[in-house]
Amino acid sequence: MASESEPICLHYEVPGNDFTRAGEASADLKARLKALGFPSAAVRRAAIALYEGEINLAIHAHGGHINVSVTPQRIDMLLWDEGPGIADIPLAMSEGYSTAPDEVRSLGFGAGMGLPNMKKYTDEFELTSTVGVGTRIAMAVYVS
Amino acid sequence: MREFFHSVTLDRDKCKGCINCIKRCPTEAIRVRDGKAVISPERCIDCGECIRICPHHAKQPIVDPLSVMDTFEYTIALPAPSLYAQFNNLEDTDIVLSALCDIGFDEVYEVARAAELVSEATRRYLTRPDVQKPVISSACPAVSRLIRVRFPGLVDHVLPFVAPVELAARLAKEEAVRVTGLAPEQIGTIFISPCPAKVTAMRMPLGSDKSWIDAVVAIKDIYPPLLHAMKKAKPRALADSGRIGIGWAESGGEAAGLISTERYLAADGIENVIKVLEDLEDEKLGELEFVELAACAGGCVGGVLTVENPYIAKAKLKRLRRYLPVSRNHLGTTLPSEVLWDQPMEYQPVLELGADATESFARYNEMQKLLDALPGLDCGSCGAPTCQALAEDIVKGEADFEDCVVLMRERMENVLKVLKIDKPGWGLARKGTPAEEEPEEDLPHDD
Repeated sequence: MASESEPICLHYEVPGNDFTRAGEASADLKARLKALGFPSAAVRRAAIALYEGEINLAIHAHGGHINVSVTPQRIDMLLWDEGPGIADIPLAMSEGYSTAPDEVRSLGFGAGMGLPNMKKYTDEFELTSTVGVGTRIAMAVYVS
Repeated sequence: MREFFHSVTLDRDKCKGCINCIKRCPTEAIRVRDGKAVISPERCIDCGECIRICPHHAKQPIVDPLSVMDTFEYTIALPAPSLYAQFNNLEDTDIVLSALCDIGFDEVYEVARAAELVSEATRRYLTRPDVQKPVISSACPAVSRLIRVRFPGLVDHVLPFVAPVELAARLAKEEAVRVTGLAPEQIGTIFISPCPAKVTAMRMPLGSDKSWIDAVVAIKDIYPPLLHAMKKAKPRALADSGRIGIGWAESGGEAAGLISTERYLAADGIENVIKVLEDLEDEKLGELEFVELAACAGGCVGGVLTVENPYIAKAKLKRLRRYLPVSRNHLGTTLPSEVLWDQPMEYQPVLELGADATESFARYNEMQKLLDALPGLDCGSCGAPTCQALAEDIVKGEADFEDCVVLMRERMENVLKVLKIDKPGWGLARKGTPAEEEPEEDLPHDD
C-alpha cells in the first residue's frame, strides 16, 4: 500500500579522523526516528548500521557523505566517499578483518566488525568500490 | 493510564518566568506560558533539576512535614543511607538511629538493610540464563521514568525488583503488624529521603499498584531536630547494616555490592545517564553485566533534599564504612516475594510527534518548514527551550509562530521602516527610563 506521507530526506557530512564527531549523524537520525514513533527495533538497527558507516567514513575515507530517506515503510541510507576504495570486498566483509591503524584500534575501534555489522543489521546492503576513486554503500532497514 | 502525579510544585508568586528551568530540563518538559513555568506532567521524570536550578526558589519539592508522624498509631522511620553522610565526625550510625527514636519514632528500619537484600537478590538474578544483559538498576526512580518515556528498547533490561526503600517499608510493616497487632493502616512507614522523586514513587509506583511507604520526610527538614537530638542521645545498638548497604548512598555503591562481577558501569548526573542510555541502546558499550544509573551527581547523596555537599558527603561515608562488616543482611534460599515487581514496566510513548505515522510525518515536515523560518538562536524567550521545541509545540497546536520574540522584533522594525519612524532604541532604554527620553544622537540608526 502506497503511503501518502512524503519521504523525509536528511543529509550529513562526516569529517575525516574526528572521533569526537563521528556518531553525530546516527544520534541525530535516532532522535528523529524516535520522535516519528518508529518501532524501537527498527530505530536501533538503523542507528547501529549508520554509526558503523560513519566510523568507517571517519577512519578509512578521510570523511564522506550520507543521505538518508525515511518513509513509514523503510529507512534508506546512502553513504559515499572519495577515499582509497576497497580492493578485496569479500575479504573486507569477513568478520574480524581490519585495516585500521594501531592508533585507531587503541581508541577501541577497528575490530573488523563494521561492514559485517552493517550487513547484519540491515535488510538491504550493497557495497560498490573502486580503488583510488571511492566507496559507496546503499543500505535499507524495513520497518515491518 | 493513571493520572500523573509529580513531586515538584510551582510557587506562582516566586516564579519570574525566566528561562533557567526550561533550559535545564532533560526531557524538555517545562514551558513558560503567560509568564509562569508550566510542567508537562507526561514528560516530567521527577529528576529535580528544576528545583536545583531555580534562582527564585519557585520550584518546591512536595514532601510531608515531620508532623505526619502524628497521624499514625505507630511509626517506623526508614532512614536512607545518605542520611548518615550529612553529619560531621560520625563514626557510629547508632547515634543517628537512636536520635530518630528520641524525636518520636517508635522504631527504625534502615533502608541500608533492605539494600543489602536487594544486592543479594541482584547477584542471584544476574546468574539466570534468561536475563537480558546488561541489567539496568531500577533504584533511581527518575532514571526508571526516563527509560519508560525515552528508551523503549531498554525497558526489558531494567531490574524487576523494588527499590530498597520500598522493600524496607514492606518488611518493616509486616514485622510491625505481627509484633504490635495493629492494622497496617495504623502503622506509618516514613522514609527520611534525599530525593523528591521518591514521593512520586510512593504515590505512583512503577512495578506495583501500591507503595507500602506511607510518607516521605526530607532529610533537610529532619536535619535540625535530629542534630539537636543526636547531641543528647544515648546510643542503643540499633544499627544493622554493613558496607554494602551504606554504600548505596553514593554512585557506584549498588554496583560494587554485586561483588561477583567487575563488568559493570556506574554513571551519575542526568546528562551522563542519558549518554549512557543512548550508547547502551546502540550496543556501543560492549559486554556489561550491570549498569547503575543515578540522576543526581554523586548518587543519592546529591539529592536535592540533602544538606551536605555531595562530595563531602562521600568523604564522610568512607570514614563511616571503614570498620563495618561487608554485609549484615542475607536472603534465605528463595527470593522473598516482597522484592519482586507485581507488574511489568511499560513504554509510555509521550515524546512522539503524532498518534500514528501519517500524523507524525506530516507534523515533522511542517516542523522543518517552521525551523527554516525560525532564527535558530535557541534563546528561550518564547517560553520553549529551543527553536526545535517551539516548532514542535506549534505543530501540536500548543504554541503560535508569533511567540517568537526575535521574529516579532524584526517584523516590528519592518513596519516602522515602512512608516518611516525611527527605531525607538530597543535594548538601550533602561528600566524606568522611557525610550523617548533617551537623547536621539546616542541611538544607532538603520540606514
